[in-house]
Amino acid sequence: MKFVDEFRSNEHSRILIESLKNLSRGQINIMEVCGTHTMAIFRYGIRDVLPANVTLISGPGCPVCVTPQSYIDTAIDLSSREDVIMATFGDMMKVPGIKSSLLKKKAEGADIRLVYSPMDCLAIAADSPSKQIVFLAVGFETTAPMTAVTAIEARKNGLSNLFFFTAHKIVPPVMEALVTDKELNLDGFLLPGNVSAIIGTEPYEFLGKDFNIPGVVTGFEPVDILQGLSTLISLISKKDYSIANDYKRIVRTSGNSEAKEYMDKAFNIVDSNWRGIGKVSKSGLEFNRDFEEFDALKHFEISYKEYDGSSGCRCGEILKGKMNPTQCPLFKQACTPENPIGSCMVSSEGTCAAYFRYYKESGKMEE
Amino acid sequence: MSTITLSHGSGGTQSNQLISDLFFRYFSNDILNQMNDAAQLEIDFKKIAFTTDSFVVNPIFFEGGNIGKLAVCGTVNDLAVSGAKPLYLTCAFIIEEGFSMVDLETIVKTMAEEAEKSGVKIVAGDTKVVEKGNVESLYINTSGIGVIYENVNINCANAKPGDVIIVNGTIGDHGMTILCERNNFGFEGNLSSDCASLNTLVDCMLEVYNGIHVIRDATRGGIAAVLNEISDSSNVTIALEENLLPIKEEVKGAAEMLGFDPLYIANEGKLCAFVPEAQAEQVLVAMRAHPLGTNAAIIGRVTEELGKKVYLNTVVGGKRLVDMPSGILLPRIC
Repeated sequence: MKFVDEFRSNEHSRILIESLKNLSRGQINIMEVCGTHTMAIFRYGIRDVLPANVTLISGPGCPVCVTPQSYIDTAIDLSSREDVIMATFGDMMKVPGIKSSLLKKKAEGADIRLVYSPMDCLAIAADSPSKQIVFLAVGFETTAPMTAVTAIEARKNGLSNLFFFTAHKIVPPVMEALVTDKELNLDGFLLPGNVSAIIGTEPYEFLGKDFNIPGVVTGFEPVDILQGLSTLISLISKKDYSIANDYKRIVRTSGNSEAKEYMDKAFNIVDSNWRGIGKVSKSGLEFNRDFEEFDALKHFEISYKEYDGSSGCRCGEILKGKMNPTQCPLFKQACTPENPIGSCMVSSEGTCAAYFRYYKESGKMEE
Repeated sequence: MSTITLSHGSGGTQSNQLISDLFFRYFSNDILNQMNDAAQLEIDFKKIAFTTDSFVVNPIFFEGGNIGKLAVCGTVNDLAVSGAKPLYLTCAFIIEEGFSMVDLETIVKTMAEEAEKSGVKIVAGDTKVVEKGNVESLYINTSGIGVIYENVNINCANAKPGDVIIVNGTIGDHGMTILCERNNFGFEGNLSSDCASLNTLVDCMLEVYNGIHVIRDATRGGIAAVLNEISDSSNVTIALEENLLPIKEEVKGAAEMLGFDPLYIANEGKLCAFVPEAQAEQVLVAMRAHPLGTNAAIIGRVTEELGKKVYLNTVVGGKRLVDMPSGILLPRIC
């Protein structure tokens, strides 16, 4: 892990922080789209070291947060079936459904396994032929290719007891929905390095061409983020509306063609509901006809209707960056990480969880 | 293969056989050998420390130790960091029917070795066997008694502004090892639990300076949990320096990949000590001279600020709160 230290260097950071001060004039609003960026920004206290005229706004880039309430309720119902073993990433466990959560279901005896990769489900399926394994396939372009690969491997291995409850989403379409929202007034985007590693930088070009908003793809270490901000602020002040790549050690302009092929092979692009944001055209992935045997909804013949339904929770405004969590009446009162009301408080990438963990009411650390 | 059966826990012939052939063989000492219903101890001190802990770790064998070693070290450490000399332990086993006798012997042997190393006697014990599926392989409870050294007053509420915070080495080793072994991630490297009895290290520290304000072992919840508890009890603000935290490369790597923060990962052989600045250097030197303290480091201090909180000065010069861990540690998904 030696390579990480370089990107956490005190000296490099200091130089970049100094450069930011000289670059920026006037109010600049930057959205970090990705939840991993949000967490890293809080974790390293980056807001503390930025010039006062630069505001970072957290965006909708946390897959758990934008998954509609109906999804978690359906997952909870599925996990109650005697013949089902449910497999999920850890973040989904605590998300509150209307009546329960997967964590509570597990305590009540449901067979729910935490996995780190969908590929782990292949072994579970092979070991439990009498059970039906359902993987909760949530996530952006970063996780969708692995779902596709797992389905392909399952078919190769003749496993007929593995299914996916998919809620995969893709990032660029929701950004289009955000930039067309007049209230937001964004000057630039810090673009997610992980998603971009798959899709490349081309899918963001419309931001500059159609909306005069520049963006910079960057990584998740403090030096990456500061470098990305420095490039972005410089583009903004020069009115250069291009998409820059400050994460060249990982991200290629055209992305990862193999991963994209796997996604194309297994999925169709469909309209998708984002929690708190609503329906976004062509922003979701669904198994295509060739792969529909893996679709848990079809296999279990579930008629699935989407709804949001978290009462009083202001996730919508928070996910769109119009409100910060401290402005939500439930924040730190009814809604805490122990007893979350909205998924933004649950997920390790959620904006509310980040504010709860790292920030005081004033928005700055108390001195 | 010889296994534990329900009759080993029934109090009859097989129970007695297990006790004499296994437990007494390894744990034998003058007090245990009297075979009374309760151990009879003569303790000639004003203040004693008394503690208990249960061990349910899974897997029971891991790189750097096993559940038995943990059961002795854990209780010895709770006594040691209270400023006590650990003297006597009890141990109770709850064993799942069908458990391997060879594995049990390995665990008991490790416990005997660790007890000898830390100078404690196991003076009483109990064995229960439960039906298959009622426990997962084996659980151990140990309780311990130690005598508190005179002129030593270590207490969670004693941290004072100006105190320097010292840890005796790299953080997160135990938790990361267990997590990786449990999930079979197949990381290559040298992940190994730091599980160790810290009483001789604490003795060295108190020898050079017996006025140490607080010592705590940083087990579940890691350094973050312990420092929050101390901040709360002592009503002080603690500032950590991110660039001073000693973390092994392999722990950093695994934590990075899985989305964990080493500050929150459990240790089983790490303590943090709050020492007045004037004595910090001599305590640090004494710690570094001990095999369990070679990587001892100052990681932060108690500030003059009002209020109970723990924060971290980050590598880029920002600050962030280090709050109490909440719920179970869940890995991130992207």
